[in-house]
Order: sequence, then structure tokens, then C-alpha cells
Amino acid sequence: MDAIVLTITIFVLAIFVGFEVITKVPPILHTPLMSGSNAISGITIIGALLSAGSQHTMLTSILGLLAVIFATVNVVGGFLVTHKMLSMFQGKG
Amino acid sequence: MSQTWVTLIYLIASVLFILGLKGLAHPRTAVRGNFLGAAGMLLAVIVTLLDRHIISYEMIIIGLLVGAVIGIILANKVQMTEMPQLVALFNGFGGAASVLVAGAALIEIVLVDSSPLLQITIATAVSGTIGSVTFFGSLIAALKLQGLITEEPLRYPGEQVVKGLFLLASIITGILIIIEPSATHMYWIMVVVAAVLGILLTIPIGGADMPVVITLLNSYSGLAAAATGFVLFNNALIIAGSLVGASGLILTNIMCKAMNRSLANVLFGGLGEVSTTGESADSVYGGKVKSTTAEEVAMLLETARRVVIVPGYGMAVAQAQYAIRDLSNLLESAGIEVEYAVHPVAGRMPGHMNVLLAEVDIPYEKLREMDDINPTFEQTDLSIVVGANDVVNPVANTDPNSPIAGMPILNVDKSRTVVVIKRSLSPGFAGIPNPLFAMDNNLMLFGDAKKMVQEMVTAFKETM
Repeated sequence: MDAIVLTITIFVLAIFVGFEVITKVPPILHTPLMSGSNAISGITIIGALLSAGSQHTMLTSILGLLAVIFATVNVVGGFLVTHKMLSMFQGKG
Repeated sequence: MSQTWVTLIYLIASVLFILGLKGLAHPRTAVRGNFLGAAGMLLAVIVTLLDRHIISYEMIIIGLLVGAVIGIILANKVQMTEMPQLVALFNGFGGAASVLVAGAALIEIVLVDSSPLLQITIATAVSGTIGSVTFFGSLIAALKLQGLITEEPLRYPGEQVVKGLFLLASIITGILIIIEPSATHMYWIMVVVAAVLGILLTIPIGGADMPVVITLLNSYSGLAAAATGFVLFNNALIIAGSLVGASGLILTNIMCKAMNRSLANVLFGGLGEVSTTGESADSVYGGKVKSTTAEEVAMLLETARRVVIVPGYGMAVAQAQYAIRDLSNLLESAGIEVEYAVHPVAGRMPGHMNVLLAEVDIPYEKLREMDDINPTFEQTDLSIVVGANDVVNPVANTDPNSPIAGMPILNVDKSRTVVVIKRSLSPGFAGIPNPLFAMDNNLMLFGDAKKMVQEMVTAFKETM
């Protein structure tokens, strides 16, 4: 039971950190905020890598492979497109 | 590598994510922030690849390569006007990854232990449901934004009942998995039910409400990742997922406030909507609307000292931002002050207009928020509204029975003269006439936004 309480604690505290950090983002950067946070939610990639590489069954390997593809598009595309937008805002002020 | 080290490195990755988002607090630090986030992700991926549970790299390498190539192509090809649909699509992919990871994890877990811990099965059910709603909801949102399916809200009789039944069905299938986790086929049934629910929830949403839906789905993709973190007991997933969940919720809240509507009203529309007693278009406009030409506007600009441009979704549709930049440069070279008034819900996602204007090199100091610029309209000689309607409708302040009553608007009607560039007098998303168009100080410039602004540029050059 202790493990789950600890995990829930981390979850709740992280939500509060999220609220504190995100409220400081100005509206002009809300689109990059969405694509950037999106890329971060691609963290599921690490779960996908474990499934794809641990070879429990053929089925889990295939599910893992698909998950790796989806998550990688999310992560790589997300960070790139965020960079593309943010570099438009930079250095013109 | 020992599990302790792996966990510690995940902690470093999580800290990098937080610092990355913190960097987004200012345009100057934002690029570095994004790099920190990406570095955190790279670190998390590398340490995972060193995990001793991984015994084969074939699938991983194929997956990473295919995913990276698709991601790079999409990111490079996208036009700034298409950003909402791309973000929706990426969002959906994150949700799909959660569904697949939680599904695979469930199969692996019941292989070893036919009665896994309750929290694991609950988290699996939550992750599969939210992930599936996110993927299919985002897909529909992206198709709508791309114009591949109609942007009109699709409403039908008994809509709420149908949605309610599917919600109930997805809860029941979720509970069945929790009761009997070894029957893993039930997980996929649950995913399919949630998929239909995701489609049903998004199909009825109209174009102008898209910002709310996209931000909400953004939040879901984070929550799905966090739930997957509970399945795998992985803190990096939980922390990153919660950050994104919180971010999406904050943006959803900002969008709802900017429309003075509750989230329930946007999602389920029609529930408790105020009956419209507003005036008909004929009585509002009848004989009072004055139309103008680009040449006349150029003459007005000549005597102006301060001009405010109000961009709306119509600017994006007409791709008028380049012409607006040219006009803006021209006016500034003639010593006229130019600023932009950006309403929070202008466009199809939060911050959409800012990105379009930043792309054409308009400095971010000139992009002013609503509360910031509203008091300055009284000192503004000319406001030019490009493809916006509801967000400048004064009825929001004056008629408590209007569907947009109480919605904060840009008070362009306070400026000395207003020019509205629009194709016709057709109503905006709220479906009501806009009395601004009939006001004494308002001139309508009927036509395509890009063409009209270009004509203004030509006419203004001639007067110089």
C-alpha cells in the first residue's frame, strides 16, 4: 500500500507544480505551450520502448512497436514544431 | 544499470520538463526551455534503452526510425495556419501510445500474475479509456480543422442520451477489467467503446469552439500518460503526465472564460442555453450600414496617428497576414503607431493569431492581450477588424439575453473609426447580428481580407 500512496503523492504534487508553472506562460505563447506540452506527454515512449524490447509475447512486441511509432511521432514532431514556432518569436523584440 | 540509477535519471528528466515549461514564461527564454524539455526526453529514452528488461532492439529501432521520419516530415511541412490540426493530431498520437502501452502492460502482467494489484488494473482501465477518447476525439478534431469533415456542429435528437449510454458502457467495461483482468480481450472492447465515445463527444463541436476541445484533449493526453505511469509504476510518466494535464486544464479554463461559457455548455451545448430574444438582422442593419473602399480607408489612414488591427480566424482563412505585415510596415514608416489586439479565442486554438503574426515577423511587443489593449481604443484613430466578428460584438456588453452576453470583447467600437473587412454581413459562430456594423463610426469593407488589405497598401502608397 505504501508504494501507491507515494505514487499518488507524486501525482498530486506534480499537478500543483504544473499549475504554478503554466499560469506564468503568457497568452502569446499558448500555441507553442500546447505543442511543447504535447511533446512532453509523449513520455509514454519509455513504456512503449519497454514493451517493444522485452519480448514477452509476439503480441506485446507488436503493440510495443506501434506504441513506439505513435509516441516517437508525438515527441519528435512536437518538439520540432514547437521549436519552429518559438524561433519566430525570438530575437524580433 | 541498477533500478536506483534509472529512477534517479528519470527524476532529472522530470526536472528538465519542469524547467522547460518554466522557460515558456517569456519569448526570450522559450527556445531554451523547449531544448531543455527535449533534452529531458532524450535522457529518459536513453536510460530506458539501457534497462535490463530490454533484450531485443529490432522493434525499437524500427519504431524509432519510422516515428522520427513521420514526425520530422509533418513538422517541416506544416503551415502555421494548419497548426491547430497538427497539434490535435500529435495529441491523439500521444493518447494512442498510452492505449497500446497500457494494453501491452496488462497482457504482460497477467502472464506473471493472474490477480494483479487493484491499483494497476484501475490505472490500466483509466489509461485505456482516456487514451482512446483522446486519440479518436483528436482525430475528429483534426479532420474538422482540416476541413475534411464539416466544421458545423453536428447535433441530432437524443444526442445526450446516446453519449450517456456510451459513457456508461465504457465505465462498465472498465469495471469488468478491474474485476477480471486476465480476460484481456475485454480491454480492447473497452477501448473500442471509448473510441466511439471520443467520436461522439467531438462530432457535435463547431469550429469556433475548437480551442476548448483541443485544450481539453491536450489535458487528456497528459492524464492518459499519468495513468500509464501508475500501471508501470514510473514516476517520469506520472510527473510529465500531470504537468501536461494541468497545462491543458488551465488553457481550457482560459478559453471558457474568454467565451463566458461553462465547459459543460461547450461540450454538451444546448443544455441551459439562454433563449435568444435578440433583434433580427434586418432591424439591426436596416439602412444603417455604410460600406467603404480601400482608397477611402487609405485616406483615413493618412490622418491617423494610432491604428489597431484586430485579427480573427478570417485572416487565417484568407492568408491575409503577409498583406497585413506590409500595411503595418508602411504605416510605421509614415510615423503611425500600429498595434494588434488579440482576443483569447480568436482562431482555432489558444495563441493561434500570435503564431501567424509572429511568422510574418511582427514583433511580439505589438501583439497585445485583450485586457491590456481595451483601455487604449479611446485613443485609437482607426481600428481595422480583419475576419473577426463575435469577439468585437458590443451586444456582449449590452444585451443580457444574448447568447454571448458577458463574453469579454475587444471594445473596437470605442475607437474613432472602425473598418471591418468581411465578405458579407453574415453572422459569426454565435449566429447573431453585430450592431457594430451599423454604428455611426463603423465602415464595412466588403471583400476578401487579403485582397482588401493589398488594395489598401497600394492606395496608401499612392497618397504618400
